[in-house]
Amino acid sequence: MALPKVQALALVDCNNFYVSCERLFRPDLAKVPMVVLSNNDGCVVSRSNEAKALGVKMGAPWFECKALAEQHGILAMSSNYALYADLSNRVIRILSEFSPRHEVYSIDECFVDMTGMPKLREVSYAMRERVMQWTGIPVCVGIGPTKTLAKLANHVAKKHPRSRGVFNYNALTADQKTYLLERIEVEEVWGVGRKLTQKLAMHGVHTVQDLRVAHVPTLRAAFGVVMEKTQRELQEVPCIELQEIQPDRQQIISSRSFGSMVTELAVLKDALSTFVANACAKLRAQNSHAAVIQVFLQTNRFRKDLPQYMPSLAVPLPYPTNDSLEVNRWADYLCERMFKEGYQYKKAGIMLSEISPVTCRQADLLEPETTSNASLMQALDSLNQRYGRGTVKVSTQGAFKGWQMLQERKSPNYTTSWDEVPVV
Amino acid sequence: MPSTTESPLLPVFVPDTKVWLDVCTWKVAAGFPSPAADHTRKRIDLNEHLIRNKEATFIFRVKGDSMNGIGIYEGDELLVDRSIEAKHGNIVLAVLNNDYTVKRLYRRGGVVKLIAENPIYPPIVVKDGEELAIWGVVTRNLHKLY
Repeated sequence: MALPKVQALALVDCNNFYVSCERLFRPDLAKVPMVVLSNNDGCVVSRSNEAKALGVKMGAPWFECKALAEQHGILAMSSNYALYADLSNRVIRILSEFSPRHEVYSIDECFVDMTGMPKLREVSYAMRERVMQWTGIPVCVGIGPTKTLAKLANHVAKKHPRSRGVFNYNALTADQKTYLLERIEVEEVWGVGRKLTQKLAMHGVHTVQDLRVAHVPTLRAAFGVVMEKTQRELQEVPCIELQEIQPDRQQIISSRSFGSMVTELAVLKDALSTFVANACAKLRAQNSHAAVIQVFLQTNRFRKDLPQYMPSLAVPLPYPTNDSLEVNRWADYLCERMFKEGYQYKKAGIMLSEISPVTCRQADLLEPETTSNASLMQALDSLNQRYGRGTVKVSTQGAFKGWQMLQERKSPNYTTSWDEVPVV
Repeated sequence: MPSTTESPLLPVFVPDTKVWLDVCTWKVAAGFPSPAADHTRKRIDLNEHLIRNKEATFIFRVKGDSMNGIGIYEGDELLVDRSIEAKHGNIVLAVLNNDYTVKRLYRRGGVVKLIAENPIYPPIVVKDGEELAIWGVVTRNLHKLY
């Protein structure tokens, strides 16, 4: 019997992805310390190496960084997701030419199965160079026998300049592996967050090596089966499969912080109708329908001086649907039920759950079968795809602008709009 | 022994509305089959024709008149392919000291020049200490005539 082959999974991760995308079309920013901000220009979501060196923290609220930014001339840009999505797709298609088996893990990370390939190092460098030349996006490659170790190898590739962006855990000897894992903090492990790190420290687990050799029954009793899986992955036993096809979502959330405080019911309803449109379009794209809708409203929790009100209400729908009009009626109703005068709302959103494929529809004995708006929804989706999101939407009260995102520093849609292509 | 072949006589319900029976659900074409049926081809696809490598191709709009001599005018749209290694004589999108410029690349005997296709602009000789990067090679020019 042939021995099971050791997997060679590569995690390809784009370096400072959003910043790298912005720099592709702005060569003048190549060495400028810069960051990209989240929706509403709230928090730092991507940092250039220069900004990291100056001490800008990931996830830091931008208003807290302003003093530092002014002192060092750190440039901040709003996020331009149309641009990032286009470049991400290009990177993934280039990577997919290297292996038929791959999993898109996030907008800037992709697992590539390289099991059985000769000359892994050479192929990895070739992969890195091709992505760089074709798209201008720098990437790092980490190879390991499991996803967790591939992620860790990628971390090593990023941190150590000597690796020149590629690190292969599989090529290490047993001693080298121990030496390496003893020198990495346990919080760098995939799935181990800040809270778990603190809890692990109380059990004397500080480094990755500590976790790898921790007492199994104790670990399972204190942290559950997920942590045990992580440990097995560190011991080179694959427990997390490569997911080549994205499973359908079980929950769809669409929410946004508002550009300014909202006090009127009509404006809230208008915002909600946009969230409904986005969520339902996602439902239809995966050919599903939802059976439960939840609506939530939030005041600004950072403004302790203002009265706080954060209601949330969920109802089961009479029958599962993905019809924007139908869902919007319920969102409207829930919003009216919860809305109270005298509060300044900062955020609202909807969540659709109990999602199942359209083909599994359970007919209702009592509820009359409504002729659905399927073809109307189809027309709506294709119009929005062609002319941009939000071209056609359900309008409750007319188009209010008060709630929309702040994007004061957004770059043009260089690659997705003829009117905004770069000028040379 | 009771007979098993005997079937009981039961009344049959006959509706008084019309009943359509589906005899066959596929279509039978009357007339002649299209003589072109075996010869259909996919219609010409401009994307396929114009773009050699769609992952590496980006579109830029032209400003200025430095390339008028070879028919690249202000407002034209250029297809720029990053996957091509720029060679002597290629039209390139260059980044010189952090500024974009479209020129013909001259690279002979250790001399690198960016040459305009318009006699009023002298060639740009890249000096030591100047930063030149080739962003991509211009493969097509889309010029609007109507």
